[in-house]
Amino acid sequence: MTAILFIAQRASAAVLAFAVTVHLATILYAVRGGLTAGEVLARTRDNHWFFAFYVLFVLAVAVHAPIGLRNVLREWTPFHHRSIDVALALFAFVLLALGFRAAVAVYLPPEALLG
Amino acid sequence: MAEASESTLSVDVWRGAAEGRFQTFAVPRRAHQTILDVVTEIQRDQDATLSYRFACRVGMCGSCAMVVNGRPRWTCRTRVSEAVTDDGKLKLEPLRNFTVVKDLAVEMVAFFDKWRDAKGHFTPGEPQADFQVVPPATLERKAADAGIECIGCGVCHSACDVVTWNKDYLGPAPLNRAWTLVNDVRDVGNDARIDAVSGSAGCHACHSHMSCTEFCPRGISPTYSIAGLKRAMIRRALGRKL
Repeated sequence: MTAILFIAQRASAAVLAFAVTVHLATILYAVRGGLTAGEVLARTRDNHWFFAFYVLFVLAVAVHAPIGLRNVLREWTPFHHRSIDVALALFAFVLLALGFRAAVAVYLPPEALLG
Repeated sequence: MAEASESTLSVDVWRGAAEGRFQTFAVPRRAHQTILDVVTEIQRDQDATLSYRFACRVGMCGSCAMVVNGRPRWTCRTRVSEAVTDDGKLKLEPLRNFTVVKDLAVEMVAFFDKWRDAKGHFTPGEPQADFQVVPPATLERKAADAGIECIGCGVCHSACDVVTWNKDYLGPAPLNRAWTLVNDVRDVGNDARIDAVSGSAGCHACHSHMSCTEFCPRGISPTYSIAGLKRAMIRRALGRKL
């Protein structure tokens, strides 16, 4: 179990190193001349590359953050039993849900979101 | 309170076990004096009840390790001039992360139990020849050579914060020994060894602070050995031969 978690955390860290760099560089580049929310959304809507990139980003976060938090909690708190794994699996699910919601919200047109 | 001067050292020495206090001694300063010389002089001339441990006096046995002015080191190979404060003071404590028996002598059993738990013993396979040659230029041999000179003095164990935080952590020296055996082509015990060092008390617990590497008197880098164990564990988990 520890081996799998270790590999998953290192692999997701490699994805995050790439994704965070692209994410921040894009923000800095895109807003350098000033950009409204509407203009941002106009660029992100229906952009498959954009959506695929953020889905990957969200997946990496949902894998990486709970494993790291698990290590911190196991080292610094008295919680060592299974309950901590259940709680962190739930935390991973919350990250996934929030992340996907945000990615979908800027990818799909408002009509599709509102039904 | 002993006053330090150019010709006299003021030496605070830990007296007691887990509970205790520092006792201050004034010791004449001499040319080329080692910390072990200072402790021995205190024990012979001032207080015969002082307990400490040494054997070889030349940096081969590792039994005289103590914490000197906050740094774990071999007292026989540390000159006073290297460790003393500008105002001529020394503070001598037993190694950290060990149970203190008395004064400066510590119990080493738990430390060596961890070598056993890390499968730090050679597991022989079928002999390939009467005398099996392990070529010195191979990568495995070089990796084993880099860590093989450990003499088990406990300095790295004393320096490691993770050992302090996690009593189950195997620690730098046992993991370094495991890494030398992982690279020993004659050894056949790696499946059990990698299992033994992979848990949350094994190589994954290392924070790579590198205190072990900083303080090792032999110049070994247990941190790199532990990183090697992590790679070996990944290769094994992914199904490749070690």
